[in-house]
Amino acid sequence: MAEAQPIVPPLVIPQEREGSRPFVQVLHDWIVTVDHKRLGIMYFSYGILALVIGGIEASIMRAQLAVANNNLVSPEVFNQLFTMHGTTMIFFAAMPIVFGIANYLTPLMIGARDMAFPRLNAWGFWMTAFGGIILYFSFVGGFGLYGAGSAPDVGWFAYAPLTSPAFSVGHSTDYWTIGLLISGFGSIATGLNIMTTVLCMRGPGMKLNRMPMLVWLNSVMAFLILVAIGPLTAAQLMLLIDRFLGGHFFDTQAGGSAVIWMHFFWIFGHPEVYILVLPAFGILSEVIPVFSRKPIFGYNIMVAATVAIGFISLSVWAHHMFTVGMTSYANAFFVASTSAIAVPTGIKIFNWVGTMWGGKITFTTAMLFSVAAVAQMLIAGLTGIMLAAAPFDWQLGNSYFVIAHFHYVILGVIVFGVFSAAYYWYPKVTGRMMSETLGKWHFWLFLIGFHMTFDFMHIPGLLGMPRRIYTYEASRGWQTWNTIVSIGVIFQALAVLIWVFNATKSYFRGKIAGSDPWDAWTLEWSTSSPPPDYNFAELPVVRSRRPLWDLKHPEDPDWKYE
Amino acid sequence: MRSRNCEWHNSTLRNLAKRALLGLFFVTVMGWGATGFALGPSSTPSIFSPDSTPAHDIYHLSLFVMAVCLGIFLVVFSLIVYSIVKYRRKATDDDREPPQIYGSNQVELAWTVIPILIVVVLFLAAARVIHAVEDAEFPPNTIEVTATGHQFWWEFQYPAYSFTTANELHVPVSDGSHPTPTHIILLSADTDHSFWVPQLAGKIDLIPNRRNEMWIDPKVPGHYVGQCAQYCGMQHAKMLLNVFVDTPEDFQKWVQQQKEPATTSDQVAAGRKVFEANACMNCHTITGTISHGRFGPDLTHLMSRTTIASGAAPNTQDNLTLWIKDPDAIKPGCLMPAMQLDEQDVNALVAYLMSLH
Amino acid sequence: MAASTMAVPQADVPLSANLKGKVGMWCLITAESSIFLIFVVAYLYYAGKSISGPTPAQVLDIPYFASICLFASSGTIMLAEKALHRGNVKRFGLFWFLTLALGVIFLFKTGAEWYRLIYHEGLTISTNLFGTTYYSLVGLHAFHVTVGAIGLTTILLFTLFGAVKQEHAERISVFGMYWHFVDAIWVVVLSVVYFITR
Ligand code: HEA
Ligand code: HEA
Ligand code: HEC
Ligand code: CUA
Ligand SMILES: [Cu+2]
Repeated sequence: MAEAQPIVPPLVIPQEREGSRPFVQVLHDWIVTVDHKRLGIMYFSYGILALVIGGIEASIMRAQLAVANNNLVSPEVFNQLFTMHGTTMIFFAAMPIVFGIANYLTPLMIGARDMAFPRLNAWGFWMTAFGGIILYFSFVGGFGLYGAGSAPDVGWFAYAPLTSPAFSVGHSTDYWTIGLLISGFGSIATGLNIMTTVLCMRGPGMKLNRMPMLVWLNSVMAFLILVAIGPLTAAQLMLLIDRFLGGHFFDTQAGGSAVIWMHFFWIFGHPEVYILVLPAFGILSEVIPVFSRKPIFGYNIMVAATVAIGFISLSVWAHHMFTVGMTSYANAFFVASTSAIAVPTGIKIFNWVGTMWGGKITFTTAMLFSVAAVAQMLIAGLTGIMLAAAPFDWQLGNSYFVIAHFHYVILGVIVFGVFSAAYYWYPKVTGRMMSETLGKWHFWLFLIGFHMTFDFMHIPGLLGMPRRIYTYEASRGWQTWNTIVSIGVIFQALAVLIWVFNATKSYFRGKIAGSDPWDAWTLEWSTSSPPPDYNFAELPVVRSRRPLWDLKHPEDPDWKYE
Repeated sequence: MRSRNCEWHNSTLRNLAKRALLGLFFVTVMGWGATGFALGPSSTPSIFSPDSTPAHDIYHLSLFVMAVCLGIFLVVFSLIVYSIVKYRRKATDDDREPPQIYGSNQVELAWTVIPILIVVVLFLAAARVIHAVEDAEFPPNTIEVTATGHQFWWEFQYPAYSFTTANELHVPVSDGSHPTPTHIILLSADTDHSFWVPQLAGKIDLIPNRRNEMWIDPKVPGHYVGQCAQYCGMQHAKMLLNVFVDTPEDFQKWVQQQKEPATTSDQVAAGRKVFEANACMNCHTITGTISHGRFGPDLTHLMSRTTIASGAAPNTQDNLTLWIKDPDAIKPGCLMPAMQLDEQDVNALVAYLMSLH
Repeated sequence: MAASTMAVPQADVPLSANLKGKVGMWCLITAESSIFLIFVVAYLYYAGKSISGPTPAQVLDIPYFASICLFASSGTIMLAEKALHRGNVKRFGLFWFLTLALGVIFLFKTGAEWYRLIYHEGLTISTNLFGTTYYSLVGLHAFHVTVGAIGLTTILLFTLFGAVKQEHAERISVFGMYWHFVDAIWVVVLSVVYFITR
């Protein structure tokens, strides 16, 4: 059916166009805002900015590695680049982006007027923002002003004892630690807020088992934040104690252990990657049904699988440590727990296929990104399974194969998912449609660039190329592959530029969207685009998982079957 | 309840199976051609050309895991492709919504149980190799070596022969009838490192305040390459590993030579004096002389090595000269300082170093 | 639309928004617990691994009095909450003050212990692994007590100025949860530091 009329009459609150007021006043409004939608947009934009900065750092690294024995950057700068790239991307690009999406959509999707704690929400954003500023201040601060730049160069997991005062002189490591510590507080605040919002702020009739998939996935993400950020915070406090108060937590000279840092970091680090990927799974679970014109296949099982992923992911951390010489029993245990995650993840993939199966699929840009993400999750997951076989990891660990594995997930699933979300919810956020033509250009260029870069990146790993090396000998036979990998980045950068252009242009010129351009089913599409200050004029009553379907199909509503 | 069953067409399945087989065939053929068994060392240290038991065991496991993954990939990827091709909206479609299907417990059960079974198989396969490699017993004529990682070079001690060398590891070939595996104790003097020579074994980290171990039993003599695989600081990239697998005779000869104290000759006495009058002796050991430093590589038999500074440059007179004048020119960020010697001293030193066979 | 005027069955209503303070506090407690857990693990892992003295057995005395004070404060804060629920603000103020006093005594005793350890036993945070882990774990807990004491003081001041009324009982009990949590952590810290590994 193609009836695109708003079902619940949209609230007509005359919204002043931002431009008509003095800039300072607009800026002031944004800075002091506690509105979840504005904070969502701020989180998202902050994340995109970091993505571009991190992407530029990556591009410099790729330029350096494109040919053997290259001298574009010094080893010192290269080490700072990958540290800053990894840290920026994980903590200041990916996390703010998924937080932004969660912030914007959670209240809208569950029929609430705002998050549970709006002011805490703003606090969380600003903590994250300040964390990033502190990290980047390292380029100019401290020794940076009167000496070499002092950006941290210890890698994004900052293994001890490289971070100890003996090996990391100056304050570069402290910028890393304090920046992440502060943004960690912000993340905990956001996790707490999402959790409480979901538990306490649902609108009338929105039972837990009627919540949209994205909300479910975000709640599991919030749970993981609450249990997993703590270990990082604790480890960083210990590191600060070591560095500033002369403690010995990670001081191997005084009997301290380097391995315990690894444990602490990865107890955080592994759940962290699921914190990032679950929201992406949520996006796929919203976009695929709408453009297949079918409800999500196996809702209950999808929810159960999500919860299973959440719990299992707390017990697999040492698969990042297969090479540190654990006993054969410990290694075997972590092989088992890690491979076990394949089962619930597989269920998700199969259910997405089940959703498309028998549908009538429209390939909008949003859908293209989502479908590609499903296929790429399959491949990335399977390379994960290869890494999870401990002996295989003894060969693959810390090689470019690992780099390829996780960029495959992070780009191929998370970034693709985020782009999908960007096209899908853009009309809701701005009230205008994004250009589909430019969207298709964006998609195909990014797809080509992504595969050129990250498919071929597996090969040097298999040929013995370790990560974090600023150059390599020509005789090793890695050069051809690295050149291809580097060329792919050009396509990716072009695609991202097209997207930014598309988003900007559509904001002024795009077709007016109306409240429900995709003929979708979840509550956010029942209010106007962009939603008014308090989201809903009248809180909608929900009787099934697809409240808008019920309204559009009074003859055959979902609640009869659930 | 609305219809809960998807329709699984027979023809689809047959189609899929055909495609899967074809793909499998292709990849197998290509796999053989590209990897096979590279008998002997290669300058590209591919993990698919193993020449030692641990690497071999891993190689077999990896083929198995990859075959399983490839199978899963082909099946699931075909499903994805099939569904997006078959079920895309066609121009001829009417506006009606497709049948609304909410799920199917049988299907869900199938795609839960099958992966569980696969995971169990993968686990068993991995556990077998973990046990075989980690819990191996060593025959009596095992060679013991202690490898200590330093920023950014390797120290190798042979306790049984009581000598120390650096950067280039020599081990005897181990043939099936007369196995002489090498058991390597892994220690670190500063930060984490990792010992990785892909053709011989998987990597194991060298961690301060911790004792790790690994073993190799190379089957083919020759020169194997690898490098440090755990980020250890500025010159992590130039911490190359060179392993020379010698025939038993060559190995014995090499051991005899390494056990000797450094050669002394009057022709290079000037250089030796420079060495001992400067800080060189605080950082380097030359057995049979007063130099006992442990911070830098042992130089007793420097000229028995093909490269200097952990593979950063070939061991030639020019490179030695450059190295002593300015180590950063060869390996920026390495921990040996430029000693600011005058031309004459440098030349004397190099002459002395060149005599250390 | 018909749907929006339909009566909502009781079971469909989510947790009351009034509970969000409590739920939020539970989330915070979860996050804090994971921080403490890591510090406890570090303490246990390094127990007995110091390569120089002093050892816990040589210098640590079990803080019976301080612990009793802290545990008692959990009781007094409960009494205070009850009083406020019933609208007895005076009684509330009294027990609230008692809670604060007990908390401050605990902090004072901890301070005294640290003074003794530093100036008489020569154990500082950089002396050995024991010093590092001991001051970190006990200090992290003491920091939480301090934050709690500041909160208690603030609310006490509000009470004295007459700003605390019966309708604030719900919010006060959210704060109470935090204080109970700090107490519960002390049970763990006390047993790990003073009983299990000494
Ligand atoms: C961001 C998200 C993300 C996700 C979702 C994953 C998912 C997985 N990862 Fe990955 N991983 C990272 C991000 C991620 N990873 C990062 C960032 C690192 C490196 C960090 C660093 O070192 O810097 C890393 C590193 C990493 C390692 C350590 C490598 C090393 O350093 O030596 C391992 C080892 O086990 C691993 C395994 C896995 C597995 C088994 C999964 C599984 O969840 C995958 C499950 C999915 C499938 C298997 C596919 C679908 C399933 C089916 C179709 C069912 C049938 C399949 C079977 C029965 C097998 N990952
Ligand atoms: C969210 C996570 C994320 C994302 C999105 C990316 C994106 C990319 N990463 Fe990243 N990467 C990590 C997380 C991520 N990475 C982590 C955690 C590490 C480990 C770090 C460590 O070891 O400590 C790592 C390490 C890492 C390495 C290994 C470095 C080493 O070990 O030596 C490499 C090498 O190729 C690399 C490349 C890339 C590339 C080419 C992209 C590209 O996809 C980027 C594409 C984006 C852009 C190019 C930006 C958009 C461009 C424009 C707006 C135009 C302007 C740009 C130009 C003019 C150039 N990454
Ligand atoms: C402060 C300590 C220090 C001093 C002083 C020092 N070296 Fe070194 N030297 C090192 C270190 C460390 C290395 C290893 C560098 C690397 O590979 O990263 C090294 C490497 C070498 C090598 C290469 C060894 C090999 O097998 O690769 C030579 C030759 C050498 N030094 C000679 C000298 C001479 C001659 C002097 C005196 C003029 C000297 N060194 C002074 C620390 C020192
Ligand atoms: Cu040694 Cu990296
Ligand atoms: Cu992981």
